[in-house]
Amino acid sequence: MIGDWLDIGPVSQISPGNARTMPVRGGREVAIFHTLNNEFYALVNACPHKGGPLSQGIVHGTVVACPLHNWNISLKTGEALGEDKGCVPTIPLRIDAGRIYLLRSAVIAPAPAG
Amino acid sequence: MNAPATFPDSRIPRPDGTLPQRLVVVGNGMAGCRAVEEILARDPARYAITIFGAEPRVNYNRIMLSPVLAGEKTFDEIVINDAAWYADNGITLLSGDAVVAIDRAAKTVIAASGRVEAYDLLLLATGSDPFIIPVPGKDLAGMVTFRDLDDVDKMVRAADSGGSAVVIGGGLLGLEAAHGLSLRGMKVTVIHLMPTLMERQLDEAAGWLLKAELEARGQSILTGADTAEIIGKDGHVSAVRLKDGRVIDADIVVMAVGIRPATALAKQAGLEVGRGILVDDHMVTSDPAVLAVGECVEHRGTCYGLVAPLWDMCRALADHATGAPTGYEGSVTATKLKVSGIEVFSAGDFSGGDGCEDIVMRDAARGLYKRVVVKGDRLIGAVLYGDTADGAWYFDLLRKSVDVSDIREALIFGQAFASGGGALLDPNSAVAALSDDAEICGCNGVSKGKVVSCIARGAHSIDAVRAGCKASASCGSCTGLVESLLAVTLGDQFAGERGARTVCKCTSFTHDDVRRLILEKHLKAIPAVMQALHWSTPDGCASCRPALNYYLVCAWPGEYDDDQQSRFVNERMHANIQKDGTYSVVPRMWGGLTNPRELRAIADVVEKYNAPMVKVTGGQRLDIFGIRKEDLPAVWADLNAAGMVSGHAYGKSLRTVKTCVGSEWCRFGTQDSTGLGVQIEHMTWGSWMPHKFKIAVSGCPRNCAEATIKDFGIICVDSGYELHVGGNGGIKVRVTDLLGKVATEAEAMALCAAFIQLYREQAWYLERTAPWIERVGLEHVKAGLFDDPGAIAALAARFAHSQSFMQDDPWAKRAAGADADLHQHLAEVRPLELAPMELVR
Repeated sequence: MIGDWLDIGPVSQISPGNARTMPVRGGREVAIFHTLNNEFYALVNACPHKGGPLSQGIVHGTVVACPLHNWNISLKTGEALGEDKGCVPTIPLRIDAGRIYLLRSAVIAPAPAG
Repeated sequence: MNAPATFPDSRIPRPDGTLPQRLVVVGNGMAGCRAVEEILARDPARYAITIFGAEPRVNYNRIMLSPVLAGEKTFDEIVINDAAWYADNGITLLSGDAVVAIDRAAKTVIAASGRVEAYDLLLLATGSDPFIIPVPGKDLAGMVTFRDLDDVDKMVRAADSGGSAVVIGGGLLGLEAAHGLSLRGMKVTVIHLMPTLMERQLDEAAGWLLKAELEARGQSILTGADTAEIIGKDGHVSAVRLKDGRVIDADIVVMAVGIRPATALAKQAGLEVGRGILVDDHMVTSDPAVLAVGECVEHRGTCYGLVAPLWDMCRALADHATGAPTGYEGSVTATKLKVSGIEVFSAGDFSGGDGCEDIVMRDAARGLYKRVVVKGDRLIGAVLYGDTADGAWYFDLLRKSVDVSDIREALIFGQAFASGGGALLDPNSAVAALSDDAEICGCNGVSKGKVVSCIARGAHSIDAVRAGCKASASCGSCTGLVESLLAVTLGDQFAGERGARTVCKCTSFTHDDVRRLILEKHLKAIPAVMQALHWSTPDGCASCRPALNYYLVCAWPGEYDDDQQSRFVNERMHANIQKDGTYSVVPRMWGGLTNPRELRAIADVVEKYNAPMVKVTGGQRLDIFGIRKEDLPAVWADLNAAGMVSGHAYGKSLRTVKTCVGSEWCRFGTQDSTGLGVQIEHMTWGSWMPHKFKIAVSGCPRNCAEATIKDFGIICVDSGYELHVGGNGGIKVRVTDLLGKVATEAEAMALCAAFIQLYREQAWYLERTAPWIERVGLEHVKAGLFDDPGAIAALAARFAHSQSFMQDDPWAKRAAGADADLHQHLAEVRPLELAPMELVR
């Protein structure tokens, strides 16, 4: 079980309301979010609209507003909210003993947005 | 360890002559004893029971240690089962003797004393261990955890000699420890890693209220504080040093950062262990003869640290152990803080998100915050601060997954109101049902009867009611009630629309209301504004957070802590994001002037970082494109070295002062427009504004600097300076209005500062000067500047005061290493073909 999860370090690396990035060689950059409500989510770091870096958006509730055109993207499902349509792949994440783990297979090859 | 000694079988045969099975329980805590109680209640004769306890005492209620520490209860009062209970039920209690090994093949346990006890069924209820953060000094004398009665004794003894206590951890346990030590007269400081207290149980808004209350009681609460070291003196703790360098004196340090399931014994015995001892729905481990229950187990991926799930587990365990298995399916948990006088409750999932609707009620006057989260027709979470009377009711709705669609509108008002029936569900009907003497406006003491008679006398709008009887004329939080009264009284005649736009969907207040109330109520933090003004969302949205941040920056210069998380990306990164996610960088060139040193530095940066494009901007600057976020600090360091600072091309702030060459060079120039532009830029750079702000100074009416489409434009003439405001060259071109004419540079600069400050203080966030002036009228702006002869000086002085905190190059701080986490990647993943994945930091 442990082997399937990639340990990317302690939760304290990401301050609440912020996101940090993790490039994947040969893959798509991942953004890991820490919400003000103290939850963690990981998405491919590209807005379904024009590929904007979601990691740079304002996080509110469980939503990030894309920095390019203000699309609101759900951190839980990767889906665009409101009138906008589109979805970005999410990467399963879990927290254990203060460390963040991402599902290894999803990091290398994120599931197509569903 | 002594040599193992097996004790003779002392089981008393049952009436049918068979011997009862031997049940050995490891752990004399709440879970172990509760499980035994449940088994006895089902079948008292089934087992011969032996309980091992590491603590040398009978079974007590561990969650009541906090009241013991606070001096509100004695140990005797929290004992659950006294010695007589063990005797009456024929239980052998071996307290003060910890089990150190299990031999599953021989079906025996071995205790520290050397005692060996055989079992038919073994129950592990080892609970959890306090988590100790691995910092230097963690083993010094005077370091305590908060887990058992010995810990409480240590704390009580320390408090007897007074002094200072530091509690590391602002969760449930840490705050209860802090409360107890504070009541016992110690000066208490709580150090918490996260920015809000009890972040696992409370949302940001409730955590903020809790912090304010504890501070009012004299505790120091340091959030976002990371412990670096426990400093010792003669082998005893003397202080705690934080990673930011702060040092806090301490005569005792309580480590309460969390717990970990105690799994060592199980692991050593070869049982399957994840985070906790893995159990199925019947609390059976990977060995059918070994059960486990309580905080030490992991059930369906979850470990629990609260008492309620433990009761459910014990029931399922006893059902299984007595041959009538039912199964445990996990628990929904609720939390209550045991600090007298502070009521905090949370339950379920309150993270919000898709398909969830947040219903928030705030009552600043009574210090209340209530939030319930509804998904579909079910309540899925609740956070209550200040009044937790309805906690049990919400928890019940949640646990039983009750369909709440019928009471949804009234849900937030609590059980009494919601059970009132259908008539109250429509807000208008609820208002109609109020008695005439019911108070509508608390600020001005206006009753429903007065509002209704005011409406009857002809006040048919909110503003008319405000003017007529003062209801909703102060804080405005009763505006909704007044609207309902208008609707009820006037029927269809009342259109129902409010005059002004609200800040966003999170509030019923307008920009002007929010700005006024921030000042009146001395609100100095975003959560404070949201609480005092009854925000309907827990932490706002991407519209109101930046607006509130600006309003607070403007209202409290030097006092307010700028909230980076409430800034748009460009202002957070101090550069302009481009469509490919890279940034463009514009160094400041005062008045559009530059020199060989600056140009060389820019050229060097372009080459060194492979910037694919450099562009001359409309504001007379050079814009370097294609810089990656991780390279920004290095780029800025290079530009700083050549004397250049941030150009704020990214901000809702002063952008550029554009100039022409003026009387120094131009044959038509009338004044030194370049020199004046440079002076103005030195005065105004770095100031945050409602929106971007552009200035230009032209040396003659030919206006080469295009001053008449700027927010503030100066056109020099022979006799002095014409001052123009409210121009815009954007989507909707607007030519400036003439504000006035002055004779000297000093007067021009004073008016420039005063105009900017008036705009800063009065415009709505994201409103340029052009729409602002169109909205309020040029006459209003002129009145603000010229009616009172002291106004210009006063406004300019407020601007100068604010600027004394703003003119601090943000690039220099980042180049020196501040906020490095905003620039650096967390790590890079390089999947390799043969070896496992490598993570590079």
